[in-house]
Amino acid sequence: MTKTRYLVSIGLEVHVQLKTESKMFCACPVQFGEPPNSLTCPVCLGLPGSLPVLNRGAIEKTIQAGMMLGCETPPLVKWDRKNYFYPDMPKNYQISQFDLPLCLGGGVPLYELAYPKDAQKDIAHPGKVVTLTRIHLEEDVAKSTHHESFSTIDFNRAGTPLMEIVSEPEIETPEEAVAYLNSLRQILVYGGLSDADMEKGQMRCDVNVSVRPDGQTELGSKIELKNLNSVSGVRRALAYEIERQIEAVENGEKLIQSTRRWDDDLGETFLMRTKEEAHDYRYFPDPDLLPVQTEDMVAKMRSTVPELPHEKRARFVEAYGVSDYDASVLASEQALADYYEKAANGAKDTKKVANWVINNLLSALNDASLTIQDCPVAPEKLRDLINLVESGQVNNNQAKEVFTLLFESPDKSPAAIAKERGFEPADDSEVEGFCDQVIADNPDKVAEIQAGNDKLINWLTGQVMKASKGKANPKAVGDILKAKIGG
Amino acid sequence: MDPCKLTISQLRTAYKAGELTPKDAVQSLAAAIEAKDGDLGGYLSHDLDSALAEAETADPSLPLGGVPIAIKDLINVKGQPCSCASKILAGKYTSPYDATVITRLREAGAIPFGRTNMDEFAMGSSNENSGIQPAKNPWDPTRIPGGSSGGSALVVAADTAIAALGSDTGGSIRQPASHCGCVGLKPTYGRVSRYGLVAFASSLDQIGPITKTVKDSALLLRAIAGHDRFDSTSVNQEVPNYLSGLTGDVKGLKIGLPKEYFAEGLDAGVRQAVEKAIAQLEAAGAETVEISLPHTEYALAVYYIIAPAEASANLARFDGVRYGHRAENPTDLLDHYRRSREEGFGDEVKRRIILGTYVLSSGYHDAYYVQAQKVRTRIREDFTEAFKKVDVIASPVCPTPAFKIGDRSDDPLQMYLADIYTLAANLSGVCGISVPCGLVNTEGTPLPVGLQLLGKAFGEGDILRAAHAYEQAVNWRDLIY
Ligand SMILES: [Zn+2]
Repeated sequence: MTKTRYLVSIGLEVHVQLKTESKMFCACPVQFGEPPNSLTCPVCLGLPGSLPVLNRGAIEKTIQAGMMLGCETPPLVKWDRKNYFYPDMPKNYQISQFDLPLCLGGGVPLYELAYPKDAQKDIAHPGKVVTLTRIHLEEDVAKSTHHESFSTIDFNRAGTPLMEIVSEPEIETPEEAVAYLNSLRQILVYGGLSDADMEKGQMRCDVNVSVRPDGQTELGSKIELKNLNSVSGVRRALAYEIERQIEAVENGEKLIQSTRRWDDDLGETFLMRTKEEAHDYRYFPDPDLLPVQTEDMVAKMRSTVPELPHEKRARFVEAYGVSDYDASVLASEQALADYYEKAANGAKDTKKVANWVINNLLSALNDASLTIQDCPVAPEKLRDLINLVESGQVNNNQAKEVFTLLFESPDKSPAAIAKERGFEPADDSEVEGFCDQVIADNPDKVAEIQAGNDKLINWLTGQVMKASKGKANPKAVGDILKAKIGG
Repeated sequence: MDPCKLTISQLRTAYKAGELTPKDAVQSLAAAIEAKDGDLGGYLSHDLDSALAEAETADPSLPLGGVPIAIKDLINVKGQPCSCASKILAGKYTSPYDATVITRLREAGAIPFGRTNMDEFAMGSSNENSGIQPAKNPWDPTRIPGGSSGGSALVVAADTAIAALGSDTGGSIRQPASHCGCVGLKPTYGRVSRYGLVAFASSLDQIGPITKTVKDSALLLRAIAGHDRFDSTSVNQEVPNYLSGLTGDVKGLKIGLPKEYFAEGLDAGVRQAVEKAIAQLEAAGAETVEISLPHTEYALAVYYIIAPAEASANLARFDGVRYGHRAENPTDLLDHYRRSREEGFGDEVKRRIILGTYVLSSGYHDAYYVQAQKVRTRIREDFTEAFKKVDVIASPVCPTPAFKIGDRSDDPLQMYLADIYTLAANLSGVCGISVPCGLVNTEGTPLPVGLQLLGKAFGEGDILRAAHAYEQAVNWRDLIY
């Protein structure tokens, strides 16, 4: 009997806190780490008689997110009440969007580096784009803390604008789910819309997953997973759940639509509720809020949409001649991409600049526990240093030393540091003298070169470099030798 | 001079003439409340000290300078209780903020004084649903004062208030005003900010004045009306000077008489009083024309789907978690919710929450809620059409004069019929006023009844002008039917 192959369908619902000045429906500031319940008012506490007023900035940011993800914003949107009792929710209904959300369609392109490191070598669908169903804008709930015999609630978070980004069930592996989350996060951070840090709760996700035997077109029973608090947790939970579901099906068990809770410590999922026990949210349009015409906001946001990560990657390959991989690394972060572009501007070799940024600069930053935003070396200075190499002023090893010193004394210029260190190119006539000497000392090698063994030029160059104590520019030396030996 | 018996404008005249001070008014009202309100049950609470302190610094040159205004107990006044006449809040909630209407009243110099009784969470037409205390009609204490703003109407009628604010979701200002012999105005939806009004049905609720005269109604409305950035449903439209429109002239005013509102079920005495009032307006130069509001028969059903649906969500916040009544020793969260709400809410509130939850439930949502919204649009169109032909629509306020306390409490449907002429104005958003038009002898007791004048959206000027002209032309207390 041949083993049945199973198809896996994963959909994600990602909640993202928007970086706005004030909350979704009141003027309270959106801030973290303030004393509990200090950032509250009658509105976000849901006090009797209070009324919500829409935060236009949050709507605009959601429209922008939609634009960056290729979504359409309908001309008319509205907000609805989603009814259920929960101590974190002061009104016992959440103002959300039911049938007229802010964004429809669109997709998240998965890029190579967004996959887990161990999965990057073996990507099943390179260039895959996961289709989005919708994005809607709602209010976040408060935060409960459970103590032994009582619970406390901090309403500072209540009412923070929250985007819910819903994907189609097109993700096929836990690794793709990871790539989806990382790719999505990158875009949101690019747009300055959210810091989208899962560990900080700025990005939260529920996943639904189903399995079905290969050949079956109808999706299997949708099982939702809750309590996923990190990207790696999502991967672990999905891997576990897929295996569990396949095993269940193999054992002849019928899976039913349900919600399960992931326990990251135990590495298992547990049944929370079945479809029959699911909430009936009784959505209806919130009579406190009028429907919103989006046309003006869409027009306004169109001009502010930044270049997308995948657009930037393509442009870097095109404009700077860097490899796909280098472009991916450089475009992974807006600040890094900006740094590179500044350094590449006026550089003799933009590919070399990419190498320097990725290899030397990033590792130096890493060693110093700095981010690119705090990089002491100005991009223009890095460019000047690389140009010194290109023009033969310093060689590669010297340049590395200059770079280390530059990192420590960023106010100095690379040329000045090179000069202090005595990294001066050897005098032309002096280099010529060394060349003549080396040619004279090695008549056999010269003869071989003349016979067509070009590679020996490098050996001769090495001899000249030695003679010049490394001061000569190897490229220039090679040229002189070639000219003297004759080709 | 007893300040309690005065109207707002008379009180202001007395202040200006130096015959009275705001302190006199507050003290006299406190004494009157002490003497009379124990029997009538109009007030749930009042804070004499803070009112006196405000009276001390009152500026009589302001439009409502030093005028005490009684406030229905579901409008938030900072530092005062706001119980909505419900056990779930009574004694357990002090408001931390002022409603926008209160801010505006203060800006106009008024003194919010006293919290008036009402049907619990404004759900009712008789004030019998107060979770705190019964309220009685000053004209006959065996009878209801109407509701839900029963307390606000009765304290104005009993001269234990100069004027009051109420709220109207299906007739809750106009109907008790009619039963008590006051002027009650429900503004156009969006005319007055709802910020700080504890919501019953958000798409229907409006705050409005209950006063002794039409002029006072105009004065009070002008003070509280206008756009508020804290209420997205308030409309940014200039507030006219309603007072200057009170010319007493109705020549050429076109009055529509909806045939559906003069059909069966209307008490003969009420019909007589209302028809006489319309004849009076005709005699003063107004034209009358019969009109039709063809979807009238559906209004009650639509109302009792939409209002409970919204209420079921609006009242979900009263759960004992953050404020209000909390059940003792709950076994778990569900038990906490269940018992806190079961113990805190009265029967009518529970009935409407259940009704509203039901009509929004999956499987019933389309058949009830969605369908009701469609019919609501038809009802709104009825009024749009009608107001193409007429300036105001005249009708009775309520099919009967005030009934006896307890008469209808076992029959919710019979009770709901009390709002049959008023709730369409809330469904369509138009404005309406109830102005006393005589007394109907009911079982030997003369009871006041009102004439309802409905105006188009933001047509408060029209209905105030017509109501004022009528009021000036007659002495309604002498008209006995
Ligand atoms: Zn707030």
